[in-house]
Amino acid sequence: MLAYDIVVIGGGPAGLAAAIEAKKNGVDSILVIERDRELGGILQQCIHNGFGLHIFKEELTGPEYAEKFIVELQKLGIEYKLDTMVLNIREDRLVNAINTEDGFMIIKARAIVLAMGCRERTRGAINISGTRPAGVFTAGTAQRFVNMEGYMVGKKVVILGSGDIGLIMARRMTLEGAKVLAVAELMPFSGGLTRNIVQCLDDYDIPLLLSHTVIEIKGKDRVEGVVIAKVDENKRPIKGTEKYYECDTLLLSVGLIPENEISENVGIKMDPITSGPVVNEAMETSIEGIFACGNVVHVHDLVDFVTEESRRAGKNAAKYIKNQIQSEGSITETKPGKGISYIVPQKVRPENIDKTLDLFMRVDNVYHNMNMVISIDGKEIKRMKKRHLAPGEMEAVKIKKEDLMDSKHAEITISLVEEGA
Amino acid sequence: MYDVAVIGAGIIGAFIVRELSRYDLNIVLIEKDTDIANGTTKANSAIIHAGYDAKPGTLKAKLNLKGNPMFDKVCQELDVPLKRIGSLVIATNEEEMESVKELYKRGIENGIPDIKILDGEEVREKEENISEEVIGALYAPTAAIVSPWELAVALAENAADNGAKIRLESKVTDIEKIEDGYRLSLGSEAIDTKYVINCAGVYAAEINEMVSSKDFEIYPRRGQYNILDKSAGNIIKHVIFQAPTKLGKGTLVTPTVHGNLLVGPDAEDIDDKEDTATTSDRIHMIRQVSKKITTKIPFYTTITSFSGLRARPSTEDFIIEEASQAKGFINVAGIESPGLSAAPAIAEYTIDILKEIIGNLEEKQDFNPTRRPVIRFMELDDEKKSELIKKDSRYGRIICRCENITEGEIVDAINRHGGARTVDAVKRRARPGMGRCQGGFCGPRVMEILARELGKDIKEIVKDSSDSYILTGETKQNQA
Repeated sequence: MLAYDIVVIGGGPAGLAAAIEAKKNGVDSILVIERDRELGGILQQCIHNGFGLHIFKEELTGPEYAEKFIVELQKLGIEYKLDTMVLNIREDRLVNAINTEDGFMIIKARAIVLAMGCRERTRGAINISGTRPAGVFTAGTAQRFVNMEGYMVGKKVVILGSGDIGLIMARRMTLEGAKVLAVAELMPFSGGLTRNIVQCLDDYDIPLLLSHTVIEIKGKDRVEGVVIAKVDENKRPIKGTEKYYECDTLLLSVGLIPENEISENVGIKMDPITSGPVVNEAMETSIEGIFACGNVVHVHDLVDFVTEESRRAGKNAAKYIKNQIQSEGSITETKPGKGISYIVPQKVRPENIDKTLDLFMRVDNVYHNMNMVISIDGKEIKRMKKRHLAPGEMEAVKIKKEDLMDSKHAEITISLVEEGA
Repeated sequence: MYDVAVIGAGIIGAFIVRELSRYDLNIVLIEKDTDIANGTTKANSAIIHAGYDAKPGTLKAKLNLKGNPMFDKVCQELDVPLKRIGSLVIATNEEEMESVKELYKRGIENGIPDIKILDGEEVREKEENISEEVIGALYAPTAAIVSPWELAVALAENAADNGAKIRLESKVTDIEKIEDGYRLSLGSEAIDTKYVINCAGVYAAEINEMVSSKDFEIYPRRGQYNILDKSAGNIIKHVIFQAPTKLGKGTLVTPTVHGNLLVGPDAEDIDDKEDTATTSDRIHMIRQVSKKITTKIPFYTTITSFSGLRARPSTEDFIIEEASQAKGFINVAGIESPGLSAAPAIAEYTIDILKEIIGNLEEKQDFNPTRRPVIRFMELDDEKKSELIKKDSRYGRIICRCENITEGEIVDAINRHGGARTVDAVKRRARPGMGRCQGGFCGPRVMEILARELGKDIKEIVKDSSDSYILTGETKQNQA
């Protein structure tokens, strides 16, 4: 049996940052398990730039961003296994994994960091009617084909969903000579970053059809066209607004779902809103010694935030190994108030915080000129002006440890109130 | 010259060709599509009915009764999963209870074993999530679920192991009467055979009319389904039907043999024999109607929707007989529900007709009824997993992350007799792409493996039909 202090499941941006931070915090025995053929995760297929503005203060491509961490991981001498799949983990932190060289492995870990990332929602999940021809891809799959394998997946393209991958792929397909006819978005606003709408659609005259959706796929062998219709406020197609787009490809960018099969099988408590594990300020799940970070916890839009969150997980996993976690005392819950759909972490042990508590959240709609109000046990402690808020852009706030330590707080609430209210 | 040509590699053609391969005959299975089981067989309710439903005295009733118990042996021989989970026909009011009682009577008349009427409490004991409205049900313990396409693939493979030929992508375009038999045109090629068995599903009438007058017609009747994630697979434990009413049979809810949940179908007569599209109004309807069975189905975990075409015969019963004007040409047509349930018995019945025509058939000494077992990696215990990877390292590489399918299993699915040539064919055999991500992660890897094993360029790999290309060319960088 193999044994490590910390086993990190996933060698993408989350796993890499967690492993590096654990090592820097004094744990030597670390193993990173990656299922793909190289480290870096989905960053390796994100060859556009815009990564690293927060962490490195420079614009990097996905592979460049990943490379910085891979080099550091290797410099620190952290072990990793590629092309290796974790089949399951147990509550007592035994990890079952396989690969072609080591075969079937049972690995004993003192702490586990879950960093498996997320997957894309599919056609079936959103139930588009019509035939089932070739030519319907999730945007990420298309991105892998184009950027990593070197193959084109279509010539005349419609994209459903204006999430970031959809927007990025609209530009990528155009640059590769394909014609992108339109990006349809069910919601009255885009789920992607504003900069991506400008740089990927506006700059190439690709129309963004808000409050529109694909209602039917046509074509027997390969996609021959799709029908797009406008939707009403209940997101139902409006009769008479159907328009046929002749195309050979439909790309879907209709949401990401944290990949938590391993977490659910071991019985980790999940948050139904994020579809990820419920975590505390240490990024520890409901099972002691099992931590989680990155898109497996909640879907991020910026990798920089993944790095930040994962460093916290790595640092706390190291503290856990060294018995330095402060787990006595009360537990505070974070509660999304008006206008907020979720907050991570969901639970906080104030005494375990170093200086500040970092909270990540998403709003539930597009808002302008709002105040974001943080209250502890109903008492307002902080208020921030926000000119523009959108569900596609994750918000981060910091709360000082002092603010948390001086009362019997059971609850931290964050809500949006209109300016002047 | 072949002795027997079987047209159509659905579950019926596959059962027949496998039965024929017991005998000293030169046989060929001819299929227009790129895979076995690519028509009605891949898109139906996947149920082995107990047999109370069919009108007493019909072929449907007789062959369902006989066919049902035959599945255990064949599924064991061919290593195909079968689960005898039993079925319930539920009633939510007195009128429906009357029709449940009618079904019971019919079941007794048809000779169905062990059926009984349950009251509401007894139903709830069996199914904790069943609707509060249910007041009783007909229980049939012999009903079962199976994977029809895996079974058809296994049957065809076993027939090929025993010497039968399989010809895919071979559409019969014409049939000519020749001395001693028939000449089948397969596009630019032709093959000669002494006898023909027509199992062409929704196209059986067209095939029949190549040699005979219009003896019957086949109307396509479409049914749409939702398939849900495995997390929803244990909400219901039996095959649950609704009591037939004036409005029709309602929809059913059942677990699948792989642990997913299946909801559907509706019934819609259509004109186009290729139209397997799904429509939002029909999917909405089956979801609504399923609420009569249980309101606890989490439709947000739907993996995909699909539809299939039933081959509804103008005669209302199975048509299994020699064509009126073509000696030695046997039609096995109009095999709608309970066609799957009756399939093994249909094969025997058909071969009896053939025996009457040919005279007695010589059984092979060396017929092997079993096929090489299929390795399902995740079903092995830890020790076996470990041994297997040591023996063949390809079982140490997971390709499908949702269902944990290894490269070894995919390669095996390609390299068997009648093996997979397309992405969908791999999916039907080894299940990569059947899970939540629907092939998002594993699709490119499966294509790579297919290309390598078949000695093709990856751009030639298709999804399903021969024109369902996936890649349209190389990127600028790759071209350079």
